[in-house]
Amino acid sequence: MAHTETSGTNRRDFLYIATGAVGTVGAAALAWPFISQLQPDQSVLALSTTEVDLSPISEGQIVTVQWRGKPIFIFNRAPKDVEAARAVPMSQLIDPQPDQDRVKSGHDNFLVVVGICTHLGCVPLGHQGNYDGWFCPCHGSQYDSSGRVRVGPAPLNLPVPPYTFTSDTKIVIG
Amino acid sequence: MEGHSTYQPQGKIARWFESRLPLVGLLHSSAVSYPTPRNLNYLWTFGGILTFMLICQIVSGIVLAMHYTAYAPVSFARVEHIMRDVNYGWLIRYIHANGASMFFIAVYIHIFRGMYYGSYKAPREVLWILGVIIYLLMMATAFMGYVLPWGQMSYWGATVITNLFSAIPYVGETIVLWLWGGYSVGDPTLNRFFSLHYLLPFMIAGIVGLHIWALHHVGQNNPDGIDVKSVAKDTVPFTPYATIKDVFAMVVFIMFFAWFVFYIPNYLGHSDNYIPANPLATPAHIVPEWYFLPFYAILRSVPDKLGGVLAMFGAIAVLAFLPWLDTSKVRSARYRPLFKQFFWIFAVVAVGLGYLGAMPAEGGYVIASRILTVYYFVHFLVILPVLGLIERPSVMPASIADAVLARGAKGAAAPGAKA
Ligand code: HEM
Ligand code: FES
Repeated sequence: MAHTETSGTNRRDFLYIATGAVGTVGAAALAWPFISQLQPDQSVLALSTTEVDLSPISEGQIVTVQWRGKPIFIFNRAPKDVEAARAVPMSQLIDPQPDQDRVKSGHDNFLVVVGICTHLGCVPLGHQGNYDGWFCPCHGSQYDSSGRVRVGPAPLNLPVPPYTFTSDTKIVIG
Repeated sequence: MEGHSTYQPQGKIARWFESRLPLVGLLHSSAVSYPTPRNLNYLWTFGGILTFMLICQIVSGIVLAMHYTAYAPVSFARVEHIMRDVNYGWLIRYIHANGASMFFIAVYIHIFRGMYYGSYKAPREVLWILGVIIYLLMMATAFMGYVLPWGQMSYWGATVITNLFSAIPYVGETIVLWLWGGYSVGDPTLNRFFSLHYLLPFMIAGIVGLHIWALHHVGQNNPDGIDVKSVAKDTVPFTPYATIKDVFAMVVFIMFFAWFVFYIPNYLGHSDNYIPANPLATPAHIVPEWYFLPFYAILRSVPDKLGGVLAMFGAIAVLAFLPWLDTSKVRSARYRPLFKQFFWIFAVVAVGLGYLGAMPAEGGYVIASRILTVYYFVHFLVILPVLGLIERPSVMPASIADAVLARGAKGAAAPGAKA
């Protein structure tokens, strides 16, 4: 006897749903490789640490090194720059963060930040602007001697990349 | 595209083919016997000019791709190789680079034509939206093309524009990582942009096909904005009337284009793009290509990052809603005395924003961009909806033929004018 019922769940409904489910999973499984290939590949990831010798950087000097294709600023700050950065009340900052949290204690003179403006990604110019730090030529953002944004449109401070001191004069970024 | 064909295949082979694929009949009905309103002016020749420019970009681009290499360490040198070593490479590159600008000049005239004569109103909404999509694809294509020579402006333009997406909450940073294929703009970015720069023009060609299909389905608008009432009285066949006029306008346009290519090929470009890309130093004054300047001014006028990005994309998106924002039933500005004035104010504002986009973002320029940005949105979101409700249109002629005859009678000094 053939099934002739027209209501309730029948075999055909089951087949529709099963086919749909397999098709969806299949489409997703096929889509993933096409999305994933957009991400940084192994050769890009392989370059993800950089070692820097700090000894040649004299007081007051800003050096730019490259990490993951991005500029990293290393600023050997004079004591007055450190003091100035620490004297600013938090309420005056656009993205409040104490200077102490942006450096490694014991090496408070060294500021290491990603040299990419947090607005739209230009490289700010060192020793310019009104805050002893950086000035971005693209849309006029300014950063202080702690790399914190003081004048917009940039919304955030220059980020501190992950790094560690491997000796008194060497750091590894990444 | 349908219904107007008077094509009769001549000869056995033509009849054999036509009964199997009515291709010649389709071409004949869309480009020969197709009825065009008899009052069209030269602003209606820009559709043909745009088609020509698309073909020009595809042909010159395919030839450039034969000599170009998308690999960050060599791309700058490869473009110089095209300029110096490849036979006539300089010519082909200058055609392509200036061709992009000519394409945008033509599309802006085409868009403003549509705005002035109300070509976006029923039944042409879909036609208009297809046009907005073409415009978006053109901007994406030109932006990615400008990255390919891998000069300083290429690199920093790519950095600033891709970073726009980082303003999107939560997913922004991930999207930017996926656009770059790295932690900054670099070789993977250049490669994927080249691939897409090759692809998008063909997608544009596809949408242009739909755009023309929609056009031929609803019929062309015209300077009086009146529907065709009698094909016999109100229209003339596409060939020879529109064909000759389009070809003449195209020749004049090509002369203008050639003047840039041969005399001032770098006038519309930026000299910083002849400096190889340097990821560690941003040029002191970065500006996008001229055709993006009004939107760049809008971006910079908002002091908030996300707000600026939303305003910029909103300024383009609002165009797609124009058919519903303009509440007036009358199409052509000819019969809308108030709209006509606001149209010209808007045109000045748009050009003004372009000027401000090229100026440094400081002092009076910022204030001026803010005022013009606000006006830009007020035009679409307040003025157009309200105008349609309060404006009294002037008296319209009963038909296209009447409009033409009335003008012919006034210009009695035009001897032999049949109309
Ligand atoms: C919608 C059509 C197109 C537009 C608006 C466009 C726009 C542009 C622009 C603005 C540039 C930069 C020119 C410069 O400053 O050097 C460029 C470069 C380039 N385009 Fe296109 N393009 C289009 C179609 C194509 C097509 C179909 C191809 C085919 C592969 C192509 C291949 C290239 C190549 C290889 C370059 C790099 C060489 C150079 O910079 O001169 N383009 N394009
Ligand atoms: S990118 Fe630095 S201010 Fe915009």
